[in-house]
Amino acid sequence: MNTKDAVYNFCLRMADNNLISGQRLTEWCSRGPILEEDLAMTNLALDLFGQAESFFDYAASLNGNVKSADDLAFLRSERQYYNNLLVEQPNGDFAVTMMKQFLFSAFQKLMYEALTESNDDTIKGISTKALKEAKYHFRHSSEWVIRLGKGTKESHERVQLAINELWRFTTDMFEMNATDEELISTGISANLETIYGKWNFVVGEILKEATLAIPDAAKIIKGGCNGMHTEHLGHILTEMQYLQRAYPGATW
Amino acid sequence: MTEEQKLEQFQARIDAEEKIEPKDWMPEEYRKALIRQMSQHAHSEVIGMQPEGNWALRAPTLRAKKILLAKIQDEGGHGLYLYSATETLGIDRDTMIEQLHEGKAKYSSVFNYPTLNWADIGAIGWLVDGAAIVNQISLQRTSFGSYSRAMIRICKEESFHQRQGYEIMTTMMNGTPEQKEMAQDAMNRWWAPALMMFGPPDNDSAHSKQSLKWKIKRESNDVLRQRFIDKTIDQAHFIGLEIPDKNIRFNKETEHWETSPLDWNEFKQVINGNGPCNHQRLNHHIKYHNEGNWVREAALAFAENEMKLETTTN
Repeated sequence: MNTKDAVYNFCLRMADNNLISGQRLTEWCSRGPILEEDLAMTNLALDLFGQAESFFDYAASLNGNVKSADDLAFLRSERQYYNNLLVEQPNGDFAVTMMKQFLFSAFQKLMYEALTESNDDTIKGISTKALKEAKYHFRHSSEWVIRLGKGTKESHERVQLAINELWRFTTDMFEMNATDEELISTGISANLETIYGKWNFVVGEILKEATLAIPDAAKIIKGGCNGMHTEHLGHILTEMQYLQRAYPGATW
Repeated sequence: MTEEQKLEQFQARIDAEEKIEPKDWMPEEYRKALIRQMSQHAHSEVIGMQPEGNWALRAPTLRAKKILLAKIQDEGGHGLYLYSATETLGIDRDTMIEQLHEGKAKYSSVFNYPTLNWADIGAIGWLVDGAAIVNQISLQRTSFGSYSRAMIRICKEESFHQRQGYEIMTTMMNGTPEQKEMAQDAMNRWWAPALMMFGPPDNDSAHSKQSLKWKIKRESNDVLRQRFIDKTIDQAHFIGLEIPDKNIRFNKETEHWETSPLDWNEFKQVINGNGPCNHQRLNHHIKYHNEGNWVREAALAFAENEMKLETTTN
């Protein structure tokens, strides 16, 4: 794989993670447990859509067949999305959403930290800006994980159940393919194995503080970076792409 | 000082355009009227998140997605701000929410209509927020200080909402035949509800007279409605939208647009809970408020524990 194709694929993966994660958070709009958290969740979504747009813009500029960031966001089919399986999982209750957000933002924070040293100036620029947001997202979600873990018996049980359910999707975030090989060798992206080590440490610390047990589950479910998804993504796309698909060529 | 003297002094302050502040003496009826109006305003901002949120997952472009989410966030923020301003009158947010759920407190009737196509998001921004601005600009001069300051702050964001709503309508009127149809359909459905937002005609408005005397309200329902009609009809025509009222006519003498009388029976029905979405909106709020109980309890328990730990370590 040449570098340009690898950068294109990588940008889609980064953008898709943000887009799908933002879409899931948007589902909470007007459904939050308290108005302040309702607003916090749409605020996170807004940051993520902004990050998605930056990566889509860059990807579109690298591919002559792609007209715009919107075409990439709204007009690909399921197997052409490269987001991690974790972010497409259903929201469940507030504990599941916050746990999902926590596991993902810990990964994003470490990823953006590494990418601030990327040899690709655009990726470096986007990541430097996004890192500030990811740090806040990580703080927000880890505070909730601790609060729920140490709150009441009910909240502890719910958040433990959340990690039990989600843990199986976490190794997928660190799966690598030919894209990563090319980008690691050119110093554009980071080795996800290294990130995995750091992630385990950071996540472990917070879970310990939250008095939560790390599940002892097999983690073999993978495929996001190769366009292999769970059943949930198709439904997310059906809703998100509705207007673009129903009225091809219209300007909005 | 007798009650009567206090009341006279209070009215004198109002007449002199002084702002009444939370700790000042005020007649119980003034306090009640403000709590009613301000909590209704706060609830409207929050319930209004539902019809707009209905399209948040289906916004057609990344830009549209971001603008809509930011707008909904603004509305929620206005809700928070107004709840706080109302709390200065001696009622807490939980009680206000309880009153909403029990049907004792209302929210703007306009949110009991459904958002059926993407142009409805444009129509809400342009017409609903547009009508709200006319009302809120007038309320910047309301006699209660906390409310007046809230209105000044909120108006700035609302005018941005109105512009983005009009932009959606303009884009769709410049678009495909289907898009034009959606825009006109939204116009047809939102025109009358937007006009009704100003409340019943002056001769039939239950709270108006006293509110005007105390300068809680500064201008009458009909005056504000006419101001909105005059500016909106021109904006509609400019982008090729028809007003869904065959009797509109520009009166050159008065320099005002004349329109058909509104269906105030429908208005009363919707206010009384019989509109297309009344049950849906309220049930939605109750459902998610109740589902959040365990989260609020956990946050409270955690905060209390942390506080205990701090006291023992100190």
